[in-house]
Amino acid sequence: MPQNYVPIFLFMAVIAVMIPLPLLLAKLVRPDNPSKSKLMPYECGIDPVDSARGRYTVRYYIVAILFVVFDVETIFLFPWAVKFKALGMFGFIEMLVFLGILIVGFIWIWGKGALEWV
Amino acid sequence: MNVGTFILVSAIKTVIALLVLLTAVAYTVWLERKVVGHIQNRWGPTRVGPFGLLQPLADGVKFMFKEDLVPPHVYKPLYIAAPIIAVVCALTSISVIPIGNWVTVGGLRTPLQITDLNIGLLIILGITSMGVYGVALAGWSSNSKYSLLGGLRASAQMVSYEISLGLSLIGVLILAGSFSLREIVDAQAGSFWGFIPKWNIFYGGQIVAFFIYLTSAYAETNRIPFDLPEAETELVAGYHTEYSAMKFAMFFMAEYANMITVSCVATLLFLGGWHGPLFGAAVLQEILPVFWFLLKVFVFLFIYIWVRGTLPRFRYDQLMAFGWKFLLPLAIANLVLTGLIVALRS
Repeated sequence: MPQNYVPIFLFMAVIAVMIPLPLLLAKLVRPDNPSKSKLMPYECGIDPVDSARGRYTVRYYIVAILFVVFDVETIFLFPWAVKFKALGMFGFIEMLVFLGILIVGFIWIWGKGALEWV
Repeated sequence: MNVGTFILVSAIKTVIALLVLLTAVAYTVWLERKVVGHIQNRWGPTRVGPFGLLQPLADGVKFMFKEDLVPPHVYKPLYIAAPIIAVVCALTSISVIPIGNWVTVGGLRTPLQITDLNIGLLIILGITSMGVYGVALAGWSSNSKYSLLGGLRASAQMVSYEISLGLSLIGVLILAGSFSLREIVDAQAGSFWGFIPKWNIFYGGQIVAFFIYLTSAYAETNRIPFDLPEAETELVAGYHTEYSAMKFAMFFMAEYANMITVSCVATLLFLGGWHGPLFGAAVLQEILPVFWFLLKVFVFLFIYIWVRGTLPRFRYDQLMAFGWKFLLPLAIANLVLTGLIVALRS
């Protein structure tokens, strides 16, 4: 029923008004006296060395790519699970084929060392 | 029900739900401080009000009166947007969670939830995974090394455990045959062997899925033992190192609201939602389901805090290996087994 989606937007509208409100209210009462050392990036009291937008390990990119692969698989499984009883044994075996291909891929990336964090 | 009544009823429910949720968030913080205090042989908050019960209020006032420092080196639009994204995503997911059966108030029959969607579970998964934007953007826009590392760790961890989380729910979906949280709960009504309730944790062998869900959910909410993104000993405060005052409070609210959502979903999917023994007068029978639901959610929140007071933190490589090499294969095995059992039975 499409009208059932309306309250969610109503809810979001209320939150969108209610959440910035304390930020604005606090602006009226809070002190505001910044100083040079307060405004420095926090690095445990040492003067910052180098930019923070440096390089970081390639592992994070690999995790992101693996996530896309497996999350698409999860999304593909959801409608199948809901209609599982209607599809019966046939649907189950079909999905086993799909999962089988995926598991082979999973074993391959495991063997390649993509899951190692070194 | 005409349009005017519909909007009015939704508005009233929205306001009540928000008030209850925000109070619950504040008192979960109080409960955590109190319980962790007792676990560590301390008293926790005691000064403000009886048993420190007014502590959340005092905290709120203090957050208001603190200086809100916006350092010049941040990327300001995203720096301000990040906590708002986090808290909006955390709060919105509560709008599809049912806390009880249908009730009749003043001749109007209405479900005890803001809106009953036939894709409720998908909405929750979708909205809560948007929360990773808040964390990742906060880490990046702060332009500080600790923040960036915290943000990266948080996003990598959240996306890794989201897969196991999604896969662990599929067994429940197979058994219930619906995305609607109300129908999933209805499918768990009754009992077997005379006395054991037909909840998914007992019936249908979803106990493995339950533990996968709980573990992944702890990782999703960045809680101990998976709180690597804000590991104090190495990253100061992780992605919210550069935040202060109300913006910092928003990340806190988002974390606790997420904990409550996770506990609600675990209750609905695995512990039979509001099902429990019903007895007594008609009025009591209307109230008891809500009571059972809230009791189960409270138990989950208590376990959250208990775990925090008990377990040490993982190392990052252990965390990733646990997620990818243990939970993911286990979740796939559980899904295949559940499918096989249900297919053979039908």
